[in-house]
Amino acid sequence: MKEAYVQFHGIVKKFGTVVANDHIDLDVEKGEILAILGENGSGKSTLMNMLSGIYMPDSGSITINGKPAEIRSPKDSIKLGIGMIHQHFKLIDNFTGYQNILMGNSSASLRQKKEIKKINELMDKYGLHIDLDKYVYDMSVGEKQTLEIIRVLYRGADILILDEPTAVLTPEEIKKLFVILKNMRSAGHAIIIITHKLNEVMEISDRVTVLRKGRNVGTLITKETSIWELTELMVGKPMDPVIHREECELGEVLLTLDGVTAYNEDGVKVLDEIGFELFSHEIVGVAGVAGSGQKELCEAIAGLYPVHKGSVKCMGQEIIGKTPGEIIRMGVSMSFIPEDRLGMGLVGSMDITDNMLLKSYRDQKGLFINRQPAREMAKKIVEKMDISTPSISTPVSKLSGGNIQKVLLGREIESNPKVLITAYAVRGLDIGASYTIYDMLNRQKKRGVAVLYIGEDLDTLLQLCDRIIVMFAGKISGIVDARNATKEQIGLMMTGKVMMYV
Amino acid sequence: MYRIAQKTGVSNKQAALYRLIGIIGALVISSIFILITKKNPIQVYASMIKGAFGSYYRIRSIIIRAIPLAITSFGISVAFKLKFWNIGGEGQIMMGAFGAALVALNFPDLSKPVLLLFMAVTGFVFGGLYALIPAIFKAKFNTNETLFTLMMNYIAIKWVTYLQYSAWKDPNAVGFPKIADFSKNAWLPDVFGIHAGWVVTLVLAVVMHIFMKHSKKGYEISVVGESVNTARYAGMNVKKIMLEALFISGGLCGLAGMIQASGVGRTLAVTTSANAGFTAIIIAWLSRLSMPVMVIVAFLFAAMVQGGVFIETAYQIPQAVTEIIQGMILFFILGTEFFIRYKIVPVKKEQGGN
Repeated sequence: MKEAYVQFHGIVKKFGTVVANDHIDLDVEKGEILAILGENGSGKSTLMNMLSGIYMPDSGSITINGKPAEIRSPKDSIKLGIGMIHQHFKLIDNFTGYQNILMGNSSASLRQKKEIKKINELMDKYGLHIDLDKYVYDMSVGEKQTLEIIRVLYRGADILILDEPTAVLTPEEIKKLFVILKNMRSAGHAIIIITHKLNEVMEISDRVTVLRKGRNVGTLITKETSIWELTELMVGKPMDPVIHREECELGEVLLTLDGVTAYNEDGVKVLDEIGFELFSHEIVGVAGVAGSGQKELCEAIAGLYPVHKGSVKCMGQEIIGKTPGEIIRMGVSMSFIPEDRLGMGLVGSMDITDNMLLKSYRDQKGLFINRQPAREMAKKIVEKMDISTPSISTPVSKLSGGNIQKVLLGREIESNPKVLITAYAVRGLDIGASYTIYDMLNRQKKRGVAVLYIGEDLDTLLQLCDRIIVMFAGKISGIVDARNATKEQIGLMMTGKVMMYV
Repeated sequence: MYRIAQKTGVSNKQAALYRLIGIIGALVISSIFILITKKNPIQVYASMIKGAFGSYYRIRSIIIRAIPLAITSFGISVAFKLKFWNIGGEGQIMMGAFGAALVALNFPDLSKPVLLLFMAVTGFVFGGLYALIPAIFKAKFNTNETLFTLMMNYIAIKWVTYLQYSAWKDPNAVGFPKIADFSKNAWLPDVFGIHAGWVVTLVLAVVMHIFMKHSKKGYEISVVGESVNTARYAGMNVKKIMLEALFISGGLCGLAGMIQASGVGRTLAVTTSANAGFTAIIIAWLSRLSMPVMVIVAFLFAAMVQGGVFIETAYQIPQAVTEIIQGMILFFILGTEFFIRYKIVPVKKEQGGN
């Protein structure tokens, strides 16, 4: 066995009373890719931020190349050859690629030609191909990430940390990234990728360290493990990592969109002739690169986004141009789970009871509110959805993300909608909570509800949905059958390169 | 470097201790100014308390001072709950008093209950309509309500000044610029020796508390205040709710104006509002928008002002010094509220990478 290049010994980091890292031991060798796997809040990012000099451990130590390393700032970190690629890129938009790379290296401007040559050699060596004369604002997300990697390499990093690098990439871009990572591995770099996606761990890593609640619960050799074992380690109990799809006979058409077109405040077309049908007993997924019009689509259906033209018929009733209030009063049985749970679906400072009232207070007679039914509903939902909360009078903003989502979904499902629109329903939730949500959606489907599911993770979409609508730049670039579509097909449609209708 | 972090788990006992420390701090610092005037601070403070609570008449006058403060705070807090920053209480009080005066001066012979009710309704409506103007502009053009309501104060004050010094100037006042007194029927009756405004205040405290906490409209106002998007999502008509809330907000301020004109001044004057519109903002905040708490805070505030007036005459202390003391006490109380909710923690030096 090679000598471990980076070693963590008993790292502890506390934030107030929360222990983010609890005596973590970890090591990375040169020429290997280590995946750090864990759910949201398991302490992955905290741990890596100690390597990149953003935090300092409360106790424990880090050694690099056999020598104890005291990393007090990102500068120390760079000196030690550590490079971190953050989830949110740290680039200057109106600089070119070269300018972003050379920035901060004051002597480089004197011998720019030489430095540019050096950068180009780096790119050839690792198979990174982007046009560095382009301004950052003209680059795609994948190009920006590549630029970050080049910059880190140029600064001489031999330890690379990537925080959720695939979250914003299309499948095609992910493939490219993995090729780059493999090249870097062959060149003898130590690479750490932080992720919560099991498939990626299996595909790219040599070893995987699983964190749960701030502890290292196991380091495994990727070849010798399975996604089942990893899920169990990550969640703490055995769990089927495959999402179940409820098989149902399709029912009648419940929601019909036709030629829906909308512009944003700047006059840019955000929805372009969107048309599709949603049937009873089906879950239709919507895939697309972030910002392709998914949010506007949901809000347009719910009456929250101004639509320029087109038609939205819910169970035969035209609802385009109506306000949410009017749609409710028309008796249209539709529920919308917005992306921004506390900013749109719920009132964060109010308790569960008062949040239950949001949709039902109107139906009460008289000028005053009787909170008793809402209290009972709150109790029922807390029980049914297994919401962990100190009481029904706790402000919802104090609950965890998963529980907040359960409050919102619980309330909407309680109104027995015929059409359910969900935007990023599992964003930020841990696996357990996500599966609860999938189960609930499946139950609704079985009941005959038509579900529109806006998602980010293609694996989830392929496993859960019946059909998938792929959006690109406000247009529908394809509608595929989820049972026989592949990630690659959808990925191509997400970039608008292929159009396909099934 | 330091950063501000939210505090959790401060018990009521601790909070009370913080407030006590705050008040002591204010008194200690204020002592410097009292010492400059060559007086004994401890004696001055003792008389301040005596001057505020020392006799029945003093307590009575505290209550009279507290009434407009409390009612205006109720009004302002309806708008604040909506996160509509109504700084225009002063103007709404004036317009309410103007409406009441319009009725009182034109129908002096109506029977007392009818006249008073008529004045109250007119005062409420005038104040409400005056607050509705910035609300309509905000709803239509998304104007900034803070500046808008603030500026409208001056219009209202100058309007009343014009009435007092010119249009409505009482010819029988031998050149003295004042508006004629209301007829006796337009005077608020006394209840237990204090004008009936205090009864109105207590009733309103209960009614408004129930309105905000248990009515549909109150619920809608809190939802809109917390998140306009959530309100839209829930099918609420945000603009309509804003207009309704502002009408109530301004209406209550207008009612405070009517009570002042009818119960205290017996006429309309530029001094009718007596800064209550501004002071009420502080009271509403200190009470965290809770109506029953506002009654208590308004009372304490009035006591502080009254104590200040007493020491001015008793010790020949300049008014400026008492204002410094009052300002200091307020500053420290508001300051301790900050320390009850937040703490300041040192931040380890961090540097951005690029």
